Amino acid sequence: MDDFYRDYILDHYRNPRNFGHLEAPTVSAEDLNPLCGDRIRVELNVDDRGIVRDIRFSGKGCAISQASASMLTESVLGMPLEEVAKLSKDAVLDNVGIGISPTRMKCAMLGLRVLKSAAIGTLAGWPDEE
Amino acid sequence: MLHLTERSALGIRNDFPIFSKPTARGKRLAYLDSAATSQKPLCVIEALDAYYREYNANIHRGVYGIAERATEAFESARARVARFINAEPAELIWTRNATEGINLVAYAWGNANLRRGDVILLTELEHHSNLVPWQLLAQRTQAELRFIPVDERGFLVLDALDRLLDGCKIVALAHVSNVLGTIVPLDAVIPRAHAAGAIVLIDGAQGAPHFPVDVKSLDAEFYAFTAHKMLGPTGVGALYGKRELLESMPPFLSGGDMIRSVEYSHTTFNELPWKFEAGTSNIADAIAFGVAVDYLADLGPGWIRQHERRIMGYALARLGELEARGLHVYGPKDPDATGSVLSFNLADVHAHDVASILDTEGVCIRAGHHCAMPLMHKMGWQATARASFYVYNSEDDVDALIGAIEKAARIFKV
Repeated sequence: MDDFYRDYILDHYRNPRNFGHLEAPTVSAEDLNPLCGDRIRVELNVDDRGIVRDIRFSGKGCAISQASASMLTESVLGMPLEEVAKLSKDAVLDNVGIGISPTRMKCAMLGLRVLKSAAIGTLAGWPDEE
Repeated sequence: MLHLTERSALGIRNDFPIFSKPTARGKRLAYLDSAATSQKPLCVIEALDAYYREYNANIHRGVYGIAERATEAFESARARVARFINAEPAELIWTRNATEGINLVAYAWGNANLRRGDVILLTELEHHSNLVPWQLLAQRTQAELRFIPVDERGFLVLDALDRLLDGCKIVALAHVSNVLGTIVPLDAVIPRAHAAGAIVLIDGAQGAPHFPVDVKSLDAEFYAFTAHKMLGPTGVGALYGKRELLESMPPFLSGGDMIRSVEYSHTTFNELPWKFEAGTSNIADAIAFGVAVDYLADLGPGWIRQHERRIMGYALARLGELEARGLHVYGPKDPDATGSVLSFNLADVHAHDVASILDTEGVCIRAGHHCAMPLMHKMGWQATARASFYVYNSEDDVDALIGAIEKAARIFKV
């Protein structure tokens, strides 16, 4: 687990990318990790062709949930919304690399779950359970 | 019989098989989560094994040898657990855990005795187990919930107690806070509750494992506690209740074993304590609970308290050295005012990250809201890390904790 806490993870934790709010988001969603109560909100601006043009996330949480969400926002810019809806847990795990223990998997998946919820317009399942 | 003065945590640790092996990462196990559940000594594990291997049989009905032996062991365990808190065996009801004991009172006593407008008085530091059952009872009966406030240091504020007690029928409060470690001043609350005409239930989940408990001198009507936090197995707990109250209450769960005679249309109930024990009990675990209590009685509750107080004093001093690096310790910072529970946060590092890094060093702590979300919200904490101590812990576990926190501080550059 200490393998997880690498410099680039801590950089995303301390300096999260795309953190904050959009003025008039096209879609948004919010959810919490039932194990710890950490909460994440994701807001998206989507153009006429369904492409993600802008994204913000907000919330408070552990390094795993914050860094996972921060990296995820960078990787979905320019992506069609229907692709966002189909993202699997690997979209997160490929970003963050190794070292997520089973007990912390929900932390890593929270941002993705909220992002997919925004994309499909209803609460998505947990990506690690699909 | 062991000579208590010669006991040490290191010797005690040898009685617990889990400490005989290193963790998966090759570290010594520094188990600092006994407030969640305690480890089990070999004698408890063997008691479970012996029941299933040698005399597994249902109790109270069988007339053959192993059934008589099971019944005798089951009722003997009840007598020893009762004696451990200075109760009579008829006043000690087996439950699944402390939560079930509280629910028993909230349903059986609460439904029969609370009316619209009656007051249920709790404190702001309760575990969900001593809050949610009373919320549901208040909804069922239109009773009013009130709370004794807790200040930012973690102490109860008793200034307005008499006003809070006005119209109160029951006060339900923890013996010791599972988040802050605060020892609740029961002696200051119980007589005033009685003077106001209220009965008192104590959530002893964090009390009975760590402090000498004498229910007769405490004089509370109910005291609920659980085996697994006091060296016993999961799945069994106990509720002490004053006899006259238990006798006046209707049953909680109903079915076999809690009856005296049953017709198709009606039933007369068994006498205490069996009136409140419907269905086949958790026989092996109750027997092993008795063995756990024997082990604790052998150490002596007074010795346990002094042992934990010493470790808490050491832990508070060592953690205090880390304050300059952004470590915040919550709750009363006085070993005489706290049990063996210590909540903290490291600078801006989330408690879950702290716990994950501590785990890599073999240090097991709890992180999160500790099933006390209203208290966390009131204090403005999203999560805390919590270390808790028990009979098998020693200063070396505190040293392991400090070393692991320093590792977390290095990784997070605080």
